[in-house]
Amino acid sequence: MSVLAVEGLAKSFGAVRAADDVSFTVAAGEMLALIGPNGAGKSTCFNMVGGQLAPDAGRVRLDGRDITGAAPGRICRLGAGRTFQVAATFASMSVRENVQMALIAHRRRVWRFLRPAAGECRVEAEALLARLGMADQAERAASVLAYGDLKRLELAMALAGSPRLLLMDEPTAGMAQAERASLMRLVRALATADAIAVLFTEHDMDAVFSTADRILVLDHGRIIASGDGPAIRADPKVRAVYLGED
Amino acid sequence: MEFIATQALTGLAGASALFLVASGLTVIFGVTRVVNFAHGSLFMLGAYIAWSILTRLPRDPAWFAAGVLGAALATAALGVAMETLVLRRLYRAPELLQLLATFAVLLMVQDATLAIWGPEDLPLPRPPWMRGFVLVLDTRFPLYDLVLIAAGPLVLGALWLLFARTRWGTLVRAATEDRDMVAALGINQRLLFATVFALGAGLAGLGGALALPASSANLGMDLAIITDAFVVVVLGGMGSLPGAFLAALMIGELQAFGIVLMPRATMVLAFALMAVVLMVRPHGLLGRKSVGERAEALGVAFIRPARAGFAWLVLAILAVAALLPLVVGPFLLGLLTEALIAILFAVSLHVVLGPGGMHSFGHAAWFGIGAYAAALAARDFAAPMPLALALAPIMAGLVAAAVGAFIVRLAGIYLAMLTLAFAQIVWAIAMQWDGLTGGDNGVLGVWPQGWARAPEHFYWLALALCAACVLMLRRVLFAPFGYALRATRDSPLRAAAIGLPVTRIRHAAFALSGAAAGLAGGLAAYSKGSVFPTYAAIAHSVDALLMVLLGGIQTVSGPVLGALAYTGLSVELPRATSLWRFWLGLIILVLVMVFPRGIAGMRRAA
Repeated sequence: MSVLAVEGLAKSFGAVRAADDVSFTVAAGEMLALIGPNGAGKSTCFNMVGGQLAPDAGRVRLDGRDITGAAPGRICRLGAGRTFQVAATFASMSVRENVQMALIAHRRRVWRFLRPAAGECRVEAEALLARLGMADQAERAASVLAYGDLKRLELAMALAGSPRLLLMDEPTAGMAQAERASLMRLVRALATADAIAVLFTEHDMDAVFSTADRILVLDHGRIIASGDGPAIRADPKVRAVYLGED
Repeated sequence: MEFIATQALTGLAGASALFLVASGLTVIFGVTRVVNFAHGSLFMLGAYIAWSILTRLPRDPAWFAAGVLGAALATAALGVAMETLVLRRLYRAPELLQLLATFAVLLMVQDATLAIWGPEDLPLPRPPWMRGFVLVLDTRFPLYDLVLIAAGPLVLGALWLLFARTRWGTLVRAATEDRDMVAALGINQRLLFATVFALGAGLAGLGGALALPASSANLGMDLAIITDAFVVVVLGGMGSLPGAFLAALMIGELQAFGIVLMPRATMVLAFALMAVVLMVRPHGLLGRKSVGERAEALGVAFIRPARAGFAWLVLAILAVAALLPLVVGPFLLGLLTEALIAILFAVSLHVVLGPGGMHSFGHAAWFGIGAYAAALAARDFAAPMPLALALAPIMAGLVAAAVGAFIVRLAGIYLAMLTLAFAQIVWAIAMQWDGLTGGDNGVLGVWPQGWARAPEHFYWLALALCAACVLMLRRVLFAPFGYALRATRDSPLRAAAIGLPVTRIRHAAFALSGAAAGLAGGLAAYSKGSVFPTYAAIAHSVDALLMVLLGGIQTVSGPVLGALAYTGLSVELPRATSLWRFWLGLIILVLVMVFPRGIAGMRRAA
């Protein structure tokens, strides 16, 4: 069974149809890329899945459970981790504390008032950081990290809840070419190892074609093509949209 | 019928005066995004300057109009000076620092006015033409009020023409929509801001000059008008002129009818109306979301838990503090007790202000509620001291929890304004509900009982309670809850995405902070033996903010140091100079402009 199932999703902003009858599924361990020219509706679809936007119509199911219009926090607790286009972390905390915070949130240990937080979920946080190759940065302030490391920290936080689904909005935006490839390889390895379904949007076509199992092309809010890399490359509609844009 | 008509006309006259002040405030806010406390000072200066001019001119209508115009122009010039010297340096600062800095200007202008015009109220002897009446539905209605009633719509119309028909007006509207865009288009922002400030200040001066014949020029009119003007501007929607006009009408009529129908609740009514509107429409009647919602935290810094040895340092400090009554005299002991209470008050504010990132401008509300809860329990119910002291944080915490449900959903300047409004409600109730609170005279005779009657014993009690409470709050800030609170401040987006209940966390912190401030208030009631409305006044909220900012907002040690320094300052300054408000204002300005990170922050930066 698919981890994420989206059916007939629609959203309009005034007269603009940002998403129109969008349907797709993502299976466990599968990486699905959502691409399209600027303004095609990628972020809109993405935010409707993540709970940041409520759809006008359609259904979103996570592991068979209806999460349409649920708040981001609830969607997160039901098993969806997410990263943002501009990395969002907690600047006043160390790298390790950022991950601890995500673990504390997941295990609902927020309402503890007197026990020092330093010891909460510390071992798990360190294990997670080690897995992402960030063990040596654990005690640094999140605010001084290089951008690529910040993105990996965000990924660690998204993984803290052992998600079934990982939502990544432009995961490599703002990164250098070498960093991009290494981050996408890391995501690929994690998705395969933990059977996580990954839905991501991306501008960098190298990252898309080298990592995605399947690609979905949006234009004016509608899906115009879907398939694996070679099929998408050969698709005349896709070529028209992208080449016509150039 | 006559009653309704005359009250409605009186309300219109009041609305006009309010609109003149509020229109300037809202235009300045729209373009510069600064909420200017000192706008009240400009109103006051307008009245004083008008007095100086009009008492030297012939007493006929033409000369009166010329004099009023002259006062408005002079105030506009002073406004430009204020913008150039102070406000210009604040445009990129967090709104809380802007509020503080402009409050500092208000303090300085108060003392400057005192030095120039003296402490007496200055009434303008009314010339004969002004004493005329017109008959409205068989009731005599003052002619001058009709002049006032006409002034509001006239100014609204003139402003509308100015903004709709001139290139300058187009620029002002564009800057209100999107300040950065106007800057990017290569408009001379300095000139634009200075001219907008001149217009706003001139309107305030006009309002002050026109208000002069109805009352007098006095030193209390700046704070009185600015709190009303804040209500009007926030109620109407910040930056919206039609909103300000609508809100001024509502407040003017509310006050005109309120003074007859509910004379004991006049001050509460306006703030209650504003609080209710903000709960339902968080951006005011005609305001829009984009304007005034910056909500940036005050300098987020990397926080580390205490190093080993911190506990020993705390123990050593507490031991020294416990031994102090053996060596100091009674005056100093009283001061030390006051300092302990100030420390708890400042640390409680730090919880919402620092880790919470909620820029409360009305923290004195909780202090006041705690103080009155303890004092009234002791006086009216003969509650023993331990019970009265326990009631203080409970009552303050409960009210903070109830009101906080609405407050924590807001951000930025709207949160600051709603907290300010609520503190004003508490203050107004304390002032006007004589039967319960004794009004201005306060509640007297609340003295410690039994063992705690000796000053050094009460000092020890205060030390134990304040130290326990401060250390507990610090522990909470380093517990999972405190980290979660900081997470909601650092990145609300990420906090929600990892499943933190952002609003509930902010709400709990708000109530906790209110309860702690309430305990400080309860201790203050017993320490002074009395409780006054000033405990909940704006100036007391500003005291707490200054303590936190003086010491540094990042860590708990900041407000502790800041409260000690500020308590010393507040004793020494009035001793050293009669113009202490001026010097306090200057210190605040230096603090905000040069050391926005406080004493504790300076060490960190070095």
